Amino acid sequence: MDFSFTEEQRLMAETARRIARDFPPDYWYEKEEKGEFGEEFWKAISEAGFLGMVIPEEYGGVGLGITELMLVIQELCANGCGMAGNWYICLTEVFGAMPIVRYGTEEQKEKYLPNIARGELEFCMALTEPNAGTNTFRTETFAKREGDGFRINGTKIFISGADRAKGMLLISRTTKMDEAPKKTHGITLFLVDLPNEAVKVSPIPKHGINYSKTCEVVIEDLWVPEEAVLGEVDRGWHALLDVLDPERLVFTAASVGIGKLAIKTAVDYGNQRRVFTDPIGSYQALQHPIAEAYASLISAELLAYKAGWLFDHGAHYREVGATANMAKAVAVENATKAVYWAMQTLGGYGYAKEYHVERWWREINLVRLAPVTQQMALNYIAEHVLGMPKSYR
Amino acid sequence: MKVVVFCKSVPDTETRVKLKDNRLDKSEIKYILNPYDEFAVEEAVRMKEAGKVDEVVAISMGPERAREALRSALAIGADRGILIKDDVLDGSDTYVTAKVLVKALEKDGAEYGMLLFGQQAIDGDTWHVPGQVAEMLGLPQAGSIIKLEVDPDAGKAVANRLVEGGEEVHEMSLPCVVTCRKGLNEPRYPSLPNIMKAKRKPIQDYSIADLDLSPEEVGKAGSFTEVLSYSLPPKKEAGRKVEGEPEEVVQALVKFLKEEIKVI
Ligand SMILES: Cc1cc2nc3c(=O)[nH]c(=O)nc-3n(C[C@H](O)[C@H](O)[C@H](O)COP(=O)(O)OP(=O)(O)OC[C@H]3O[C@@H](n4cnc5c(N)ncnc54)[C@H](O)[C@@H]3O)c2cc1C
Ligand SMILES: Cc1cc2nc3c(=O)[nH]c(=O)nc-3n(C[C@H](O)[C@H](O)[C@H](O)COP(=O)(O)OP(=O)(O)OC[C@H]3O[C@@H](n4cnc5c(N)ncnc54)[C@H](O)[C@@H]3O)c2cc1C
Repeated sequence: MDFSFTEEQRLMAETARRIARDFPPDYWYEKEEKGEFGEEFWKAISEAGFLGMVIPEEYGGVGLGITELMLVIQELCANGCGMAGNWYICLTEVFGAMPIVRYGTEEQKEKYLPNIARGELEFCMALTEPNAGTNTFRTETFAKREGDGFRINGTKIFISGADRAKGMLLISRTTKMDEAPKKTHGITLFLVDLPNEAVKVSPIPKHGINYSKTCEVVIEDLWVPEEAVLGEVDRGWHALLDVLDPERLVFTAASVGIGKLAIKTAVDYGNQRRVFTDPIGSYQALQHPIAEAYASLISAELLAYKAGWLFDHGAHYREVGATANMAKAVAVENATKAVYWAMQTLGGYGYAKEYHVERWWREINLVRLAPVTQQMALNYIAEHVLGMPKSYR
Repeated sequence: MKVVVFCKSVPDTETRVKLKDNRLDKSEIKYILNPYDEFAVEEAVRMKEAGKVDEVVAISMGPERAREALRSALAIGADRGILIKDDVLDGSDTYVTAKVLVKALEKDGAEYGMLLFGQQAIDGDTWHVPGQVAEMLGLPQAGSIIKLEVDPDAGKAVANRLVEGGEEVHEMSLPCVVTCRKGLNEPRYPSLPNIMKAKRKPIQDYSIADLDLSPEEVGKAGSFTEVLSYSLPPKKEAGRKVEGEPEEVVQALVKFLKEEIKVI
């Protein structure tokens, strides 16, 4: 067993730390308040090659795995970017590049990958629907064969980055659930080019992460050619899992990063701030919960890298899924604790926007709901890892 | 034309320095390429990109971890590295360091157009090494430059240095020595493709025997100086706030300056 990162991985982490130092919490405070996309940051990560990480060299990328992606994301998040260190990269790299690399045809790869690697093509993924949240099988968006293509109708909700993206991974049914031999059958992935007249995108005002818009997407009579299908018609479920597991993992990396950032902020502040005789950081009432959150975060980090390693080594999706869900569930709870205790340590300043902790609080709250809710992650562990009865129908 | 950049592996700027048995406690330190050396590597790589230089060689003397500093230089764009690594180098002072670097330079072949250094290493911080190398080789030197123009065909370089109230412009014949500082350029982030390319670039290892040096000539034995002790800077005292009306504040301040710290 070897827990060390390679020399190249350490250099990548160093590049990520440097970028993070150039885009410190004050930068994100401003972007958040103005509701603006971090163009300068996007440019910096494009130039540093982050958007080509999982793309093979022949398409202009670097040909790395989810492990490296998690590593740089965690460093960006932990060194000042907070959730922003993950968000844009996840949308384009995990929702766009990864599935196209794994399942794309030669034409699809040539069409999308070099542009993604250069940072010239943003992506988004449209999975969630008003009537099919956590339950993907109930997807109502439907693609009907028409000529040498498909006619698609449906409504998607909470689609992040759809306002800017030029590419959208669209999850649709091509066989209705009640007509399918099993519920995993009949799901098809499409690559849709945006903007498109048949796709209406409306941002939804939200709690945090306002340097990116999350939108309602209404698809009305969108026609796409056969070539827009990613993978196989009706058999998109496993390809989708290959998006959802990495998504879980980058959000786990982000949670660990945000937790570390909050803890560092709390420690620096606590060691300075005196209200009675000694610095407040010397009080065990603050020390122990912070230490506990930290120890648990580091444990989740190890598990997350294990999941990344399994994914990169082509392990069975069940094993990847179990490990990713467990890592996510633990990381999020403890990152939330870390941010809570950072806020507590900063006292009133923890509630003031210019001290950033309240922004990380709003950011970390999301990871209990998305990419998968904590409840569904725990359901997975109970059912698939422990062999307990499925608790829902 | 070949140019050589000298790269030192130093503790990360965010390291909290701790002492143990009167030496630096290195157990928890993370090492990076000396930030001033990055300006030197960046400048050399830009000269190469501008077609003025054919090859950029990075040299470091240090323990195994210095390989990573070299790898950083290669990831910025240097073509190959040289690592001088030997247990007997432990305890070498700046003079020995300069001597060893010169030997490595000679071993690699004497034809180089320019030697680039950082102006200072952020740890040792003596600023000695570049000047000593220049002196040993009898080369002209411009230190702490903020601008550099090289004309390989004319065999000349023009370098600007910041001095009190203005700039000094030096014209030097090649080969020459320059030391680099902030303001010269904005070093790029080593990009991921370049980090992967750096993995495939060669690093040549030399021991002191490879450089025809004997153990007596290096380490403590070969050094003129020896560090006797280390101490941490005194802890910052909490500031004192003088409050009140302007007249009262001024009076209190004057009293403080006169009576307590006796500077006026
Ligand atoms: C900011 C933001 C960005 C998002 N970005 C995207 C995106 O880019 N693309 C995309 O496709 N989606 C996106 N989503 C959607 C997100 O993935 C979903 O919101 C999430 O999966 C939950 O679905 P839901 O909101 O419909 O909740 P529901 O499924 O309605 O769940 C509501 C609650 O019920 C609980 N629950 C449901 N079923 C069970 C059960 N069987 N057992 C126990 N508890 C249960 C859930 O845990 C949850 O607490 C985003 C969401 C947000 C808030
Ligand atoms: C008394 C003493 C004992 C020491 N003991 C050890 C020891 O036991 N082990 C050990 O590894 N080091 C040791 N060193 C440090 C090592 O010898 C330093 O590299 C050398 O002294 C440089 O001094 P500086 O750090 O002040 O660099 P400066 O002179 O401030 O550096 C200026 C520039 O010179 C170049 N340069 C400096 N050092 C190197 C180098 N090593 N390789 C390539 N380029 C370089 C860089 O371009 C740098 O930016 C010791 C130093 C002293 C003074």
